[in-house]
Amino acid sequence: MSHKPKIELHDVAKSFGGNAVLDGVTLSIPKGESVAIIGQSGSGKSVTLKCILGLIRPDRGSIKIDGEEAVGLRGRSLDRMRAKFGMLFQGSALFDSLPIWRNVTFALTQGQRSDGRHMRKIAEENLERVGLDARILDLRPNELSGGMQKRVALARAIAPRPEIIFFDEPTTGLDPIRADVINDLIVSLVDDLGVTALTITHDMASARKIAHRVAMLYQGRIVWKGPRDRLYDSGNPYVDQFVQGRAEGPIQ
Amino acid sequence: MASTMIAAAILSFFVAVGRAVIDLLARIGRIANFAGRTIARAVTPPYYPGRFLEQLAHIGWFSLPVVGLTAVFTGAALAQQIYTAGMRFSAKSTVPAVVEIGIVRELGPVLVGLMVAGRVSSAMAAEIGTMRVTEQLDALTTLRTDAYRYLIGPRLFAAVIALPLMVLVANAIGIFGGWLLAVEKLGFNSAQYLTVTRQVMKPVDMQMALVKAGVFGFFIALMGCYHGFTAGGGAAGVGNATRTAVVSAFVLILASNFLITAMVFG
Repeated sequence: MSHKPKIELHDVAKSFGGNAVLDGVTLSIPKGESVAIIGQSGSGKSVTLKCILGLIRPDRGSIKIDGEEAVGLRGRSLDRMRAKFGMLFQGSALFDSLPIWRNVTFALTQGQRSDGRHMRKIAEENLERVGLDARILDLRPNELSGGMQKRVALARAIAPRPEIIFFDEPTTGLDPIRADVINDLIVSLVDDLGVTALTITHDMASARKIAHRVAMLYQGRIVWKGPRDRLYDSGNPYVDQFVQGRAEGPIQ
Repeated sequence: MASTMIAAAILSFFVAVGRAVIDLLARIGRIANFAGRTIARAVTPPYYPGRFLEQLAHIGWFSLPVVGLTAVFTGAALAQQIYTAGMRFSAKSTVPAVVEIGIVRELGPVLVGLMVAGRVSSAMAAEIGTMRVTEQLDALTTLRTDAYRYLIGPRLFAAVIALPLMVLVANAIGIFGGWLLAVEKLGFNSAQYLTVTRQVMKPVDMQMALVKAGVFGFFIALMGCYHGFTAGGGAAGVGNATRTAVVSAFVLILASNFLITAMVFG
């Protein structure tokens, strides 16, 4: 693990219609590290990811990827920056009009016609990495269970071998056993592929398993960050209330 | 006291009207921006010919049965009405002429436009709207694929090309419907009927029908795609988008039909 930051957010703010969702987020993620952002629904976790990906433009602040300013990038340089990322969406977001193999290889073909046999082979390799076999190559996403869809989405995210992977609520909607299978997969992928990972979640078991470090987002700011082992004795009243799931405390 | 209240009421009326006008203009601006962006991106690579052909089949080929049925019934009904009305003036010989004008210039394009809008604008809005709310559009972007090139462009161009072809077919079938009824039920001479139809038909009729069809196709795809693309708020949002897409496509088709007719024949 080197100490050069792969992702660096400084004072990032974003409002929607006068409602400040992000209010000065500062966070640095070293190369090869896996960080989880925890926080309530609506605390701005998804917006943080979307700002880094350039899907939402922040009102102020700076986002650096490998030391290069990402806010305001356009055209080819934005495309080049996005090539570093893979993203696992909360609802998997598989393209339901396409068979599984074309979903998995989408980042490579960008939806264009291509050498089918070669692409199927790549799809097969990536599906194997997430514990699925070639029998599902020609199925459509809606023919798979939620857990399998998540794995296919994971295969799609890793297929172009990105340097950074974002996981948006990777275990939401899965039973605890399937959720743990996904957690294990994420851990092994992050280790094997040596990627930098950023996960947003409100699943504490998941955060503790897949992240090296955890940061807590509350009212648009990072109120705590620390190693995952400190999550349950952080001494921070916000984190304590959140990880213990208490209705009473500083978080209203 | 009363006068200030009246003044306030008048003022608030103007404020409301002004706001509605500004909203409308802003909306038109956003839609125009969307259309412009789509066209600008779609004419530069990467191109998606496969997607385009797929949409051509969706919009054109699979709409043909419903369009054909609409045209044949309308042509026949039109012939019957003109025959009945013409009897009063002993002018039943106008049947082929009025059927030709009615179908080719107006009913062919408008009915094809409305039928296809009902089928296609709604389907596009629902499909793209679902992609929006399930984050598939965001996924496209993170997979470095431009949604305007990949999703919107092929639909827009396919609709602009499919509609004129369908109007050609619908016009032919509509005239056939009128001819069939006239010959089989009203006792017209088949050869005479067709001769009159040919004599009446002018190139401008067909040209105008094709221009109308292209414009309708553009509106059909634009309304479906724009409202789907900007859908929000889960299943209800997609429902709203679908309804707005169809209603606005209908209105635009009928309004632009009138404008084109007025420009050509006014």
